[in-house]
Amino acid sequence: MSDFTSGFWPIYISVITLVSIIGTWVFVKSHTTRKLAPGEKAELMEHTWDGDLQDLNNPLPRWWLGLFYGTLAFALIYLVLWPGLGTFKGVLGWTSLGEYEAEVKAAEAKFQPVYAGFMKQDIASVAANPEARAIGKNLFLTYCSQCHGSDAAGATGFPNLTDHDWLYGGDPDTIKASITDGRAGVMPALGEALGPQGTKEVANYVLSLSGRKHDAALAAAGRQKFADNCAACHGADGTGMAAMGAPNLTDKVWLYGGSEAAIIETIAKGRNGVMPGAAQTLGTTSNKDAKLHLLAAYVYGLSQKK
Amino acid sequence: MEATTYNYKVVRQFAIMTVVWGIVGMLVGLILAAQLIWPDLTFGIEWLSYGRLRPLHTNAVIFAFGGSGLFAVSYYIVQRTCQVRLFAEKLAAFTFWGWTAIIVLAAITLPLGFTSSKEYAELEWPIDILIAVVWVSYAVVFFGTIAKRKTKHIYVSNWFFGAYILTIALLHIVNNLELPVSLTKSYSLYAGVQDAMVQWWYGHNAVGFFLTTAFLGMMYYFIPKQAGRPIYSYRLSVVHFWSLNFIYMWAGPHHLQYTALPDWAQSLGMVFSLILLAPSWGGMMNGIMTLSGAWHKLRTDPILKFLITAMSFYGMSTFEGPMMSVKTVNALSHYTEWTIGHVHSGALGWVAMITIGSMYYLIPRLFGRESMYSVKLIEWHFWLSTIGVVLYIASMWIAGVAQGLMWRAANPDGTLTYSFAQVLNTMYPFYTIRLVGGLLFFGGMLMMAYNVLKTVGQGRAVNDAAIPQAVHA
Repeated sequence: MSDFTSGFWPIYISVITLVSIIGTWVFVKSHTTRKLAPGEKAELMEHTWDGDLQDLNNPLPRWWLGLFYGTLAFALIYLVLWPGLGTFKGVLGWTSLGEYEAEVKAAEAKFQPVYAGFMKQDIASVAANPEARAIGKNLFLTYCSQCHGSDAAGATGFPNLTDHDWLYGGDPDTIKASITDGRAGVMPALGEALGPQGTKEVANYVLSLSGRKHDAALAAAGRQKFADNCAACHGADGTGMAAMGAPNLTDKVWLYGGSEAAIIETIAKGRNGVMPGAAQTLGTTSNKDAKLHLLAAYVYGLSQKK
Repeated sequence: MEATTYNYKVVRQFAIMTVVWGIVGMLVGLILAAQLIWPDLTFGIEWLSYGRLRPLHTNAVIFAFGGSGLFAVSYYIVQRTCQVRLFAEKLAAFTFWGWTAIIVLAAITLPLGFTSSKEYAELEWPIDILIAVVWVSYAVVFFGTIAKRKTKHIYVSNWFFGAYILTIALLHIVNNLELPVSLTKSYSLYAGVQDAMVQWWYGHNAVGFFLTTAFLGMMYYFIPKQAGRPIYSYRLSVVHFWSLNFIYMWAGPHHLQYTALPDWAQSLGMVFSLILLAPSWGGMMNGIMTLSGAWHKLRTDPILKFLITAMSFYGMSTFEGPMMSVKTVNALSHYTEWTIGHVHSGALGWVAMITIGSMYYLIPRLFGRESMYSVKLIEWHFWLSTIGVVLYIASMWIAGVAQGLMWRAANPDGTLTYSFAQVLNTMYPFYTIRLVGGLLFFGGMLMMAYNVLKTVGQGRAVNDAAIPQAVHA
């Protein structure tokens, strides 16, 4: 498709627009007849259809004409004041982008004092401040609760943020990095490499790591396959690797479910967990840095209780 | 030899299917309304999920229910006001079977998840082609009949049907230009904001020409017939016909306020939507004022109640539409339930009620009876529908405005006052009222089905309606 970049098009559309509005005015005017005198009956048109269908010829109602001309006049005035005629910017110089930027700037200035104090403190101290927690909770409900839940307890595929177990680490700086830049937790599908029987064996070995009910013979057969295929990320002992976000398989926390069937599905098909970076989702929102700071403090605070 | 009777067969087929598809389409709507309250209602079965059923609902009520109704009345009216039998009758029969096949294909492919993802144009390319073929056939039958008419002048309803047939062909073909990659998948020929603009040029004019212009054609026949009065103003019908059709074409961009669409196009969408108010109201006035001198009939005639109430809802929603296109109003109303309320004041209040009223006039005549089996049931149907629509739109207005205000509410610290889930929670009472409104409207449709069944059972299929030899106009 053409992008209509030629200078001809703005003129073309402006001319059509103006001719249309003025032409409509002329058309309506040309069909306006005199008002009926008091007591005068409207003329009945001569034609008849389907036995009894006829029409009177009442003149166009005056209030209706007023409405019509009013909207036409409004259109012309609007198109002088606001952008609407090709590249003509309008007398007021308004743009939707300009309106947005002005609103962000105003919010920036208005809320700056609220946030300024918190920016000077480190995340651990902000997390201890009830006022900051209240703001952080609102931010969490706006930006994070869709996946992690209003109580931050997560769901299948979405980590629980209140359980002291961290995929990438729970210190303030790591939490802030997770929130700011997002995370992509990719586990490759191993179903083809291991085959159905191999997958089942590895799954049983994984179950054995956390002491869950498993088939000992299958688990023993899976031990070497785990070392060959899984240990590079999850570690030889299965305790995971925070640098890659590879989960610890020896604890009781299961992001995608800890049943044999769920583990087999994870191994066979792989997993592709994505957390979007708030630096992007916050876009050009006002006081973005302060919001990231408060969010990180709120999430950090969630795991500091007890 | 020249035909001496009208073709009622194809009219009858479409008229009966109008009632059938109305019930099917509205039933799907009810399921959707219930799913918003109970998300697990359909047990997580993917082809009954909200996203699959929603396009099925819109396609079924607009194109199956509304479309069949329009085919029926336009074939009936064009014959009777031209005083000739339908042109190319085999083609007319093809439009019935073709259109019905399209609806059945839609009912299969949409739940299966085949979609081009364009609103009201979700059907994939093979079905799009079938639609184009059926539509062109429709145009041949309709304009062919006009061409061989006995009457000198063309009746006003036929202007509106003609405009709708031509425009829908144009809109359908341009918006559905797409590159197929397989039998069930294609991609739009347009990209980015141009794609969005073409889609809403189509989307808005589908409302404009399918749901407005065409149903005004219906109104222009059945109101004067049922009221037994001449149309209020020939001049007004000329002026509002041309201005309505001309101005409607410009209004599409108001669906894209505050998006990537350039500011100038958004402005044009807004000002032309406002100009659209007077032409829209021209139709309402011509409908309602036709009753002057016969107002007393409204007390006793439930068919006339349907027709005139439809005009009132038409007036309301064509006032509401331009207001919602104003940028500052749109900033609040867009993406909220208000839009759903607006659409249904048009779809249920105007389109469905004018169609129902017209069918109650038409169906007995197609089956050789003076009137429907039970006039009392029509009265009941009228009140159920009216209360149903009012509950529906009032609940969605309140819900929509509350939703818009809650989304923008901010705390003194600059954070949002309400999370998405909190706003959703506020919606439940209104979703429930809406479901009740929908149930009432649907209950009325079931009464209609019973009434039609009885009428058909006691009547006979009329195939010998004589064409009068004397030509008046």
